[in-house]
Amino acid sequence: MKLYCLSGHPTLPCNVLKFKSTTIMLDCGLDMTSTLNFLPLPLVQSPRLSNLPGWSLKDGNAFLDKELKECSGHVFVDSVPEFCLPETELIDLSTVDVILISNYHCMMALPYITEHTGFTGTVYATEPTVQIGRLLMEELVNFIERVPKAQSASLWKNKDIQRLLPSPLKDAVEVSTWRRCYTMQEVNSALSKIQLVGYSQKIELFGAVQVTPLSSGYALGSSNWIIQSHYEKVSYVSGSSLLTTHPQPMDQASLKNSDVLVLTGLTQIPTANPDGMVGEFCSNLALTVRNGGNVLVPCYPSGVIYDLLECLYQYIDSAGLSNIPFYFISPVANSSLEFSQIFAEWLCHNKQTKVYLPEPPFPHAELIQTNKLKHYPSLHGDFSSDFRQPCVVFTGHPSLRFGDVVHFMELWGKSSLNTVIFTEPDFSYLEALAPYQPLAMKCIYCPIDTRLNFIQVSKLLKEVQPLHVVCPEQYTQPPPAQSHRMDLMIDCQPPAMSYRRAEVLALPFKRRYEKIEIMPELADSLVPMEIKPGISLATVSAVLHTKDNKHVLQPPPRPAQPAGGKKRKRGSDDIPDCKVLKPLLSGSIPVEQFVQALEKAPDH
Amino acid sequence: MPEIRVTPLGAGQDVGRSCILVSIGGKNVMLDCGMHMGFNDDRRFPDFSYITRNGRLTDFLDCVIISHFHLDHCGALPYFSEMVGYDGPIYMTHPTQAICPILLEDYRKIAVDKKGEANFFTSQMIKDCMKKVVAVHLHQTVQVDDELEIKAYYAGHVLGAAMFQIKVGSESVVYTGDYNMTPDRHLGAAWIDKCRPNLLITESTYATTIRDSKRCRERDFLKKVHEAVERGGKVLIPVFALGRAQELCILLETFWERMNLKAPIYFSTGLTEKANHYYKLFITWTNQKIRKTFVQRNMFEFKHIKAFDRAFADNPGPMVVFATPGMLHAGQSLQIFRKWAGNEKNMVIMPGYCVQGTVGHKILSGQRKLEMEGRQVLEVKMQVEYMSFSAHADAKGIMQLVGQAEPENVLLVHGEAKKMEFLKQKIEQEFRLLPDAKKPRLLHGTLIMKDSNFRLVSSEQALKELGLAEHQLRFTCRVHLHDPRKEQETALRVYSHLKSVLKDHCVQHLPDGSVTVESILIQAAAHSEDPGTKVLLVSWTYQDEELGSYLTSLLKKGLPQGAT
Repeated sequence: MKLYCLSGHPTLPCNVLKFKSTTIMLDCGLDMTSTLNFLPLPLVQSPRLSNLPGWSLKDGNAFLDKELKECSGHVFVDSVPEFCLPETELIDLSTVDVILISNYHCMMALPYITEHTGFTGTVYATEPTVQIGRLLMEELVNFIERVPKAQSASLWKNKDIQRLLPSPLKDAVEVSTWRRCYTMQEVNSALSKIQLVGYSQKIELFGAVQVTPLSSGYALGSSNWIIQSHYEKVSYVSGSSLLTTHPQPMDQASLKNSDVLVLTGLTQIPTANPDGMVGEFCSNLALTVRNGGNVLVPCYPSGVIYDLLECLYQYIDSAGLSNIPFYFISPVANSSLEFSQIFAEWLCHNKQTKVYLPEPPFPHAELIQTNKLKHYPSLHGDFSSDFRQPCVVFTGHPSLRFGDVVHFMELWGKSSLNTVIFTEPDFSYLEALAPYQPLAMKCIYCPIDTRLNFIQVSKLLKEVQPLHVVCPEQYTQPPPAQSHRMDLMIDCQPPAMSYRRAEVLALPFKRRYEKIEIMPELADSLVPMEIKPGISLATVSAVLHTKDNKHVLQPPPRPAQPAGGKKRKRGSDDIPDCKVLKPLLSGSIPVEQFVQALEKAPDH
Repeated sequence: MPEIRVTPLGAGQDVGRSCILVSIGGKNVMLDCGMHMGFNDDRRFPDFSYITRNGRLTDFLDCVIISHFHLDHCGALPYFSEMVGYDGPIYMTHPTQAICPILLEDYRKIAVDKKGEANFFTSQMIKDCMKKVVAVHLHQTVQVDDELEIKAYYAGHVLGAAMFQIKVGSESVVYTGDYNMTPDRHLGAAWIDKCRPNLLITESTYATTIRDSKRCRERDFLKKVHEAVERGGKVLIPVFALGRAQELCILLETFWERMNLKAPIYFSTGLTEKANHYYKLFITWTNQKIRKTFVQRNMFEFKHIKAFDRAFADNPGPMVVFATPGMLHAGQSLQIFRKWAGNEKNMVIMPGYCVQGTVGHKILSGQRKLEMEGRQVLEVKMQVEYMSFSAHADAKGIMQLVGQAEPENVLLVHGEAKKMEFLKQKIEQEFRLLPDAKKPRLLHGTLIMKDSNFRLVSSEQALKELGLAEHQLRFTCRVHLHDPRKEQETALRVYSHLKSVLKDHCVQHLPDGSVTVESILIQAAAHSEDPGTKVLLVSWTYQDEELGSYLTSLLKKGLPQGAT
């Protein structure tokens, strides 16, 4: 049993588990932090960005000035942004049998894997994961394709040149494997390989292994996975939450008695309390708007935004914001808002009961009906005529490198009245802002990450008691910025096994047993002997039938009657062809009794 | 093989009052709990006293499963749980859970308020009954208890309809409820994986029909409606509030749009809007096309179809009215029917199956003079059309499902006896057992039994684990052979003889001159006194007792002449 670790990003994992003749990929995360090294893609020509000076080496050599631009002391690649893929060389990905997806954020690398590695297997995911995952991919492709960039920089990737670059470019890993975004065609093809699954569904893989998704409480349709045979159980925990937001609560009980628990996707901001952050978000938003400024919220088109809208729904009237327009701009804004209303079965109990009335489960339906919330596919078109300030704009991408958000950063960045509020935890906000410096606009950092924190993890581990824990190396030591916080790491016994990118872990248990069914006819013929109190033995001779990795013991065939009319004499004339196992001989030998018996025998 | 017992309490060889009791691996499960539309007396509900003569149902039944919201599958539920008394879990899908209580309330109102029946279940009972419901997801494996698990599969038919797999240990039963194998205007096709149940209980409403393509039927339907409206007639389409109604609404809506028709379409009962709202919220249960396009255009928002008011029935001019219930046995559809029946310009289209005893069944079987309450006779002059739109699998579809699931046995229910007989033969013809792909292997070992824990290990390991020493028991025997030749030659003769007799065994001639058959060792030695006799030493272990004794008796008979 081995674990191949293809991604070093703890919340965007990609691992391959080899277990009992099956090869299972766990998640397919795409590390998009690589895009922070690139210049933003503006929707409309930005004189500021296009006039940034080229970067030259210390000795004045300027041969890279076409590819690298400098902005406020930081160097950026002027090219189509590229993503850091999971490792593709560590294991032959065409041998992967199935891919299990735990949530829509962890499937963004799927097209790279399913379309370019010879993968021929099946992908399993829940319906909301697939639908919302599709929206995220559609948005990403749309953001990048609608501003075609002629230049694709590659000189800087040369190892000898990369050495000479300033940080963080110098330290970027595996730049040669960075890839441009996939196309919609690849997305569609990748998604067509997905088979939809429901929570607690037992899925048989070749009869050898059973996999089961469990509710993980983090997002619509998000799941943890159980991978088990009759005698071994591996739990894969990825992106789970114990907070009550909109999704169905996390199923913890089913994780019990695991031999190995692979733990990924913990909160990226362990020191922040999500509830407090939401409060701060609301008050900062109100403050800015009251002062006549605009609020920009860089966000994904699904997920936390539903909760933010719900909070605002309750908050705007009491805060006197009822006249402030809320805009949600994304090529998939409408779809995301509509989709959120139809996944009743995947929602928490409160929202589910609303659907039975029948009423839409999320209050943003009402915000839209009352015209308080308006959504647009992009800032071109209807939006430009409806646009009123001050306002609140929700738009992507949270990296600030592409999407409509780039335009608003350029538009509002110069005024200190405006505020940008970061709620998504995936990107460092300082790095995200770097190419926009100097900036007059206020920047508020309210990361809302509802995933498990370390206190919750240690409680969870105590409850479910796995024999071994496997996790990314980042979780086995305190965060680099808070190296004294020994509480910000996983604490369990035995210590967690850690992995890093491109590592192969041998998981510490051996398979020893298989389940075999004994047919009633055979069971009837067995003669158990009680060897010790409570322990019996029986010798078994049987025929083993194996079909679809299921084993059945049937009685051995009776010696076939010889063909032909003449009946042979029974007894010593027959060649005994099928051996029936004799009882085992052991224990003390009653010598006296034996001798007496011999003496009584008639022949002697 | 432990047995699986199936007792239909209703809808065995009949449609209506679906209720099937399944006993499997010591568990008792009740599948559906329906009412019969054709009866107004005790016969309308299944006879629950059959389940347990005395004793509580809750103690006997491990769970109840409802396949979908049609009343012939869930209509007796409040009676069963609240009046007879059952407090165990009731499983159904989310849409069924949402819609079921509304239809039950509807049914109750017709029975109590309109017909004045006493001793019927109350609104409160419906509510209390629904509290016992546990909603299940598609494909979710629900552990009812440690041994009993159930799993729902998509069945099409109506919103939220499901087939259920019931599994105890290695035994399983699949109950289809009602299903359809072809996607229609608003629902997808039923699907099941190759779960190989011991028993498949399938409905067989259309056991003998292989229906023409859906498109043709749709065209026919639209043509008939169009003709009637053109000549100024009124068209009555009796439907159930949810299900076929939505499909036909979508059909007419698009047709009206395309042909730019002006005649009004009405939908009776206030339920419509609510019903459509359910369809919008449970859109994941509809077919692929609707699900894909719902963001742009929600198919359940109708422009041409308006709510019906009782007064409209007397309006002059053509109109199309959808009215409930679907079998013309009561309520608004029957009222409108009585009003319009006398005019030959009008038309009634029955889009689904009608149970015996209902007005719908009577007019479909050609009756044109109906005896109504109070000895009135109603003469039916309006055109009566039947269009099978009800989403049941036809013979082809049933065969398809059998092929998908690969059951060991098939049980046909929810259909008419004669038609079932025909389908039975077809299934028997078409599906035969396939041979196993892999070659079976003979295996020897020792089973260690400790409490309820069983492990099969090699004999050596079993002894080692239990700290026992194995005794070696060897038998030896001398056989005298008359043979003047040298020992080596005797051994060689023995070898060739055994080789020719024991074709299936491993006979070897070892370099040291001895012969082995499996683990049995044979050595030839000179006789100490008689040079014309050789002594064969035969030695075998306890495990080879049979073969050893066989060999000695074989050798005692001597070697064949001429063998060298």
